[in-house]
Amino acid sequence: MSKRVALEASHACCEAVRMADTDVVAAYPITPQTHVPERLAEMVADGELDAEYIPVESEHSAMSACCGASAVGARAFTTTAGVGLELMHEVVYIASSMRYPIVMVICNRALSAPLSVWCDHSDVMSVRDTGWIQVFCQNNQEAFDMTLWAFRVGEDPKVLFPVMVHFDGFTLSHVTEAMFLPEQEEVDRFLPKKRQYQFALDPDKPMTHGAFGPPDMYTESKISQEVAFRKSKELIIQGWKEFGKIFGRYYYPVEPYRAEGAKTMLLMMGSLNETAKLVVDRKREKGESVGLINLRLWRPFPFEELRQAVKDAETIVVFDRCISFGGPGGPVFSEVRSALYGMERMPKVVGFVGGLGGRDVPIKDIEYAFDRGREVAEKGSEEIFETVGVRGKVEGIREPKGVYLPAK
Amino acid sequence: MATKARKTKAAVKKLRTASEVTWRDMEVGGILTDAGSAALRRTGDWRSERPILDKEKCNKCGLCWLYCPDAAVDACEDGYYEVNLYSCKGCGICAEICPKEAITMIEEEEE
Ligand code: SF4
Ligand code: SF4
Repeated sequence: MSKRVALEASHACCEAVRMADTDVVAAYPITPQTHVPERLAEMVADGELDAEYIPVESEHSAMSACCGASAVGARAFTTTAGVGLELMHEVVYIASSMRYPIVMVICNRALSAPLSVWCDHSDVMSVRDTGWIQVFCQNNQEAFDMTLWAFRVGEDPKVLFPVMVHFDGFTLSHVTEAMFLPEQEEVDRFLPKKRQYQFALDPDKPMTHGAFGPPDMYTESKISQEVAFRKSKELIIQGWKEFGKIFGRYYYPVEPYRAEGAKTMLLMMGSLNETAKLVVDRKREKGESVGLINLRLWRPFPFEELRQAVKDAETIVVFDRCISFGGPGGPVFSEVRSALYGMERMPKVVGFVGGLGGRDVPIKDIEYAFDRGREVAEKGSEEIFETVGVRGKVEGIREPKGVYLPAK
Repeated sequence: MATKARKTKAAVKKLRTASEVTWRDMEVGGILTDAGSAALRRTGDWRSERPILDKEKCNKCGLCWLYCPDAAVDACEDGYYEVNLYSCKGCGICAEICPKEAITMIEEEEE
């Protein structure tokens, strides 16, 4: 029987790390993730978690230490946020390319400047293409569930990829909610006690990790990584199915909410989905044909599930918490649009940006995105994307007039 | 020494050039599971010069064998040495170190 507790997401994910009997934690504290390494250090000091806690001097070192730990077959965990993830960047690629199933919690934070410790998804987007499995949480229960699941899926010998668990800084990391903690016995049925790793470094069985790849080998190595990464989606889904069987909570790559027959669907990632559910409820009560899509699995991207979920919609409104400067719209928007491109009845995709640097996104802003999104889908707009909640009318997120091409 | 030379020769048969290796042959994470496997790979492909050894001048001192940073110089049963061009990178250290000037570096295009 699981027990009901009240925890903030930061502490919820630590419970998963504890119940997973993690071997090595290497982390550097950074707002708004600080409570995660603090709580883990406390658990190790109090003997609740029998792990090696490495108080590294930077995030770059945190990920490097985790790579080393993972190479010898240890279950390794780290956590960071925002600019910390930027400093770690180089080694983030190394972890996935060397197929070390490290689990990393990111308490999503904006990037400087101006200096902001508050939530948005800019940090996520800069690691979008690093080859990590990436999932988003809507609440604290999911922070626990996804962290536990991440160990199981990442370490599966048919997967062997690191996993990033994203939850919104402050909105979830620092907010206490009621949630369920399972029994250790249930966790043990879901996650093997020890990691099985056939390539663990061992002085009695010498091998080379991290050899160099000359131009005549690098392409082959990257393609084998890409094929394996795309294939991991099956095991990701399998992991969620088994999680559901044991714990009774089922997760999916794409999660529609009251989306049956909806003409307009809003798509977003993270905790804003919970606010959006209220908006959808209200609009449905008024008879509006609206629904919501929670995009849980960000990488590998769930193309088929997304297409299936939106196939009857006329308009998809995508809400990004990040700007892609000078690009085709918000990163999630451009991703969704290209995922749907070529569908027989492709819905119109309209992009909004909001909730930057911790800006609150109240119900009225989400209502606005729905209503204005429908309007833009019908009438079009010169702006590449619109921003909810910005003060002052914005004109100019568009191409300047006139083209400059070589004369024929 | 002699056994080493023979082993290397046997290994040469199993050699695969990069052009024969596909993405399916890649081990998870690019890990090399067999220690010392460089001997099984043709790693001398990108050499631009190669050493030519003149037995007439050689006094069998073995310095080339000792100094080669790539272990590309094999000891032969007759006490002489020969260069394994499957792994020689053409760095020229053997030619530089040879006290008898028995080794000369020539451009790869030259016969
Ligand atoms: S040229 Fe360099 S690599 Fe080749 S045999 Fe001489 S020392 Fe070794
Ligand atoms: S260093 Fe020169 S002399 Fe000595 S063994 Fe090699 S080739 Fe012969």
